[in-house]
Amino acid sequence: MITKYLISRHDKAGIVFLTIVGLMAVLAPLSNLLLPESSPLHVPTYVLALLGKYLCYATLAVALDLVWGYCGILSLGHGAFFALGGYAMGMYLMRQIGTRGVYGNPVLPDFMVFLNWKELPWFWYGFDMFPFSLLMMVAVPGLLAFVFGWLAFRSRVTGVYLSIITQALTYALLLAFFRNDMGFGGNNGLTDFKDILGFNIQADGTRATLFFLSAILLIAVYLISRWIVHTSYGKVLVAVRDAEARARFLGYRTEHYKLFVFTVSAMMAGLAGALYVPQVGIINPSEFAPANSIEAVVWVAVGGRGTLVGAALGAFAVNFMKTFFTTGALAAYWLFLLGGLFILVTLVMPKGILGLFGSMSAKLRKPGSSQPAALQPAE
Amino acid sequence: MTAAPAIPRTTISRIVKSLVLTMLLATGLTLSTATTRAQAPDVDISAALERFSRESLSQTRQAVTSIAESGAPQAQPLLSALLNNRLRFDPATKKVYYRSTGDKWFDAATGKTVAQVPEKLERVRINNRLRVQINQALGTLSLRAPDPKTRIAAAETIFKSKSADALANIDAAIKLERDDAVRSKFEQARAAIIVSREQSTPDERSKAIRTLGGRGDQAAIAALRSLPASADARSKEQAATAIKSIEERLALLAHAQNVWYGLSLGSVLLLAAIGLAITFGVMGVINMAHGEMVMLGAYTTFLVQEGFRALAPGMLDWSLPVALPLAFLVTALVGVAIERGIIRFLYGRPLETLLATWGVSLILQQAIRTMFGPTNQEVSAPSYMSGAFDFMGLSITYGRLWIIVFTLLLFFALLLSIRFTRLGLYMRAVTQNRRMAAAMGIRTPWIDAMTFGLGSGLAGLAGVALSQIDNVSPNLGQNYIIDSFMVVVFGGVGNLWGTLVSAMTLGIANKFLEPFAGAVLAKILILVLLILFIQKRPRGLFALRGRAVEA
Repeated sequence: MITKYLISRHDKAGIVFLTIVGLMAVLAPLSNLLLPESSPLHVPTYVLALLGKYLCYATLAVALDLVWGYCGILSLGHGAFFALGGYAMGMYLMRQIGTRGVYGNPVLPDFMVFLNWKELPWFWYGFDMFPFSLLMMVAVPGLLAFVFGWLAFRSRVTGVYLSIITQALTYALLLAFFRNDMGFGGNNGLTDFKDILGFNIQADGTRATLFFLSAILLIAVYLISRWIVHTSYGKVLVAVRDAEARARFLGYRTEHYKLFVFTVSAMMAGLAGALYVPQVGIINPSEFAPANSIEAVVWVAVGGRGTLVGAALGAFAVNFMKTFFTTGALAAYWLFLLGGLFILVTLVMPKGILGLFGSMSAKLRKPGSSQPAALQPAE
Repeated sequence: MTAAPAIPRTTISRIVKSLVLTMLLATGLTLSTATTRAQAPDVDISAALERFSRESLSQTRQAVTSIAESGAPQAQPLLSALLNNRLRFDPATKKVYYRSTGDKWFDAATGKTVAQVPEKLERVRINNRLRVQINQALGTLSLRAPDPKTRIAAAETIFKSKSADALANIDAAIKLERDDAVRSKFEQARAAIIVSREQSTPDERSKAIRTLGGRGDQAAIAALRSLPASADARSKEQAATAIKSIEERLALLAHAQNVWYGLSLGSVLLLAAIGLAITFGVMGVINMAHGEMVMLGAYTTFLVQEGFRALAPGMLDWSLPVALPLAFLVTALVGVAIERGIIRFLYGRPLETLLATWGVSLILQQAIRTMFGPTNQEVSAPSYMSGAFDFMGLSITYGRLWIIVFTLLLFFALLLSIRFTRLGLYMRAVTQNRRMAAAMGIRTPWIDAMTFGLGSGLAGLAGVALSQIDNVSPNLGQNYIIDSFMVVVFGGVGNLWGTLVSAMTLGIANKFLEPFAGAVLAKILILVLLILFIQKRPRGLFALRGRAVEA
């Protein structure tokens, strides 16, 4: 049953997407490790790290598209779930440093020694074990999303109200994690990682593996999301998006549907964050900034919401532009461009890049005829 | 319907006019604060002055003693001039002159300025022993200085030092003092000495303790604690009761202070949210660029002030009243441009509006950053907004007071204009039933633009006020956007009174949580409580009822 959904009934864009990410997952690390640096096909380590970052962003975008594109929940706080997963990974990596820290304390991370703490706070227990940490990377964002969603959906907080309180949620977390006495490294966050599962985090082999895992995660998240939206359950989600009241009157417990998809999406975002941290080498409270979450929304909007593939495409496109602009002399214009992108996408291409492709190919196939209104996301 | 465009404009200008007027009126009030001066008797000190010209240290000593006792108004500047080698005498005429720190010459006999002093002047010499004597004399003199502020400061110094040497001086000063406020300060200083002195009698002590109890602040508690161990049991008990009652009073005062700070914070929240209450509350437009409108208002203030600095530095105090209408105009125009250019295509799609206006906010921020740089710009406070006064033990700064007054004026002006002006009527008509309003001949797109302009203009006015208490930087607006949305949602969308109540509640709650939880944690707690509150009452404190809800 599940395998049937996983291997069959893929649309063209999905197949192209899976092929590209799959090839990337295998070829980029191999080229980085095996080819000599002089070879034109060699992927330098910094490019690999950058692409790995994009892959994590793309995973976040797919998770966000699942709730926004298919269920109409515009979460302006998905960055919080991403960052929580990242913190869980960061805590594991901190515990792996052991006596190699500046202060050489075998148990306490450096910042705790610096703050004169005598023992490990209870919420740091267990993070020296990878299986437990892995569980937390999924469970903490999932639990937060579950509790938050349970409260919000049960009392029918919808639309912009929901968006605003998700934004308040990530803002509150931002303020909280900035505090030194929260025990998460305050302002500086967690950094200076040494190794992961015994492998040196700086080594090329580890980096290549992390890249491979990020690509696999993206594929897995995409397939799971696809499976969810193509089941009858997914059809109800779309019904909730387009006419929640009607779906409720038809007898569906809409809040249960929303809660489930919201929690699953938060877990996916948490995993993306967890893989993001070892690749960039730091996690700090600025990841909770509301602006980050909104930026993730624009990736989805640029790529085309309600398409999953589009979300990942948007994440790649926008972040590529961001890297291109912010590293050069054009840095001052990046925000103009990003701002313009927000306006452009909402005003003239509500279906995003993928929608643009769709209408173009439709015109090519049937010249003169108007394109079918396939996916028309409503509020 | 051709007249419709003209009406809103007059309404707005009327609001602006009334705002400027109230600002002006209030300026006048602050400047005319009455001051009272102690009258010093006119005395002749020429005999003592003559001694200065004899060039003998012992003669100078006698002169200092008699001048200090004379109570002449010029005694204080004269003696400090002597201390700083600025006292001169004319060997020919035996007349004495002193020079002030401001390089003006005075006739020592009359204390009046002299335009031209004789060329050959000799300095009056002093030695270390004389310096000690002059310093003591000055201490006593400042208790008799013409300026009541100096006298109060002298009394406070004695109050803190509790030095028994000053007792005789202060007793004498109490007899001479005519200003009640200053005399009570003298008596408190005297009481502090009596309480801390070993040899005071129980009766003296009990009176002094009562005086200190009447003062009722932290310094009084410190003075009461200085009661020597050898004191009698009754005084000790009395002092303990007095300390307790002062502490209770102080606790009450702390609550009052919290309420005041809360109102102050609440008015800042209200300022930031008031424009949003129109654009989001009345029109239902999620304007994420609202914070940037506030920022534009603040930058307008900065530019106006720079203009005044360059062209008319003497009239710098006028920059705020001038900035108010300008900021309103600038932000209202930007608001209308945003509405016409972007938002009108997105009505009925709130989530898209949210994203597009977020884009606008990024562009505005970056534009300001490109033009003015990322650093904070300095906006100075006009004279009527700096300083503080004491109200029943509460220290109230004029800046905060002005912001509260301004916010309330703005709020009520807005309330009245929505209720009683033509634009307000049209606005309500369009929000209640757009199609019907259109059928009655109201140009609804025009009203949309004007309403959005009004909301943006209000944000600009808020920016003028906030430039006084916050850093004027491109990020100014970002700090307010989430708070403003919280205020509007908490109060109930579409309800101005709700916005007022919610801003004040949030402000006061925040300030009462701060002592227990710290500033950041208090803010987090408030956010969490708000998130929980919205679950309970998704439509806010004062939800609209009836058909308007579903519209």
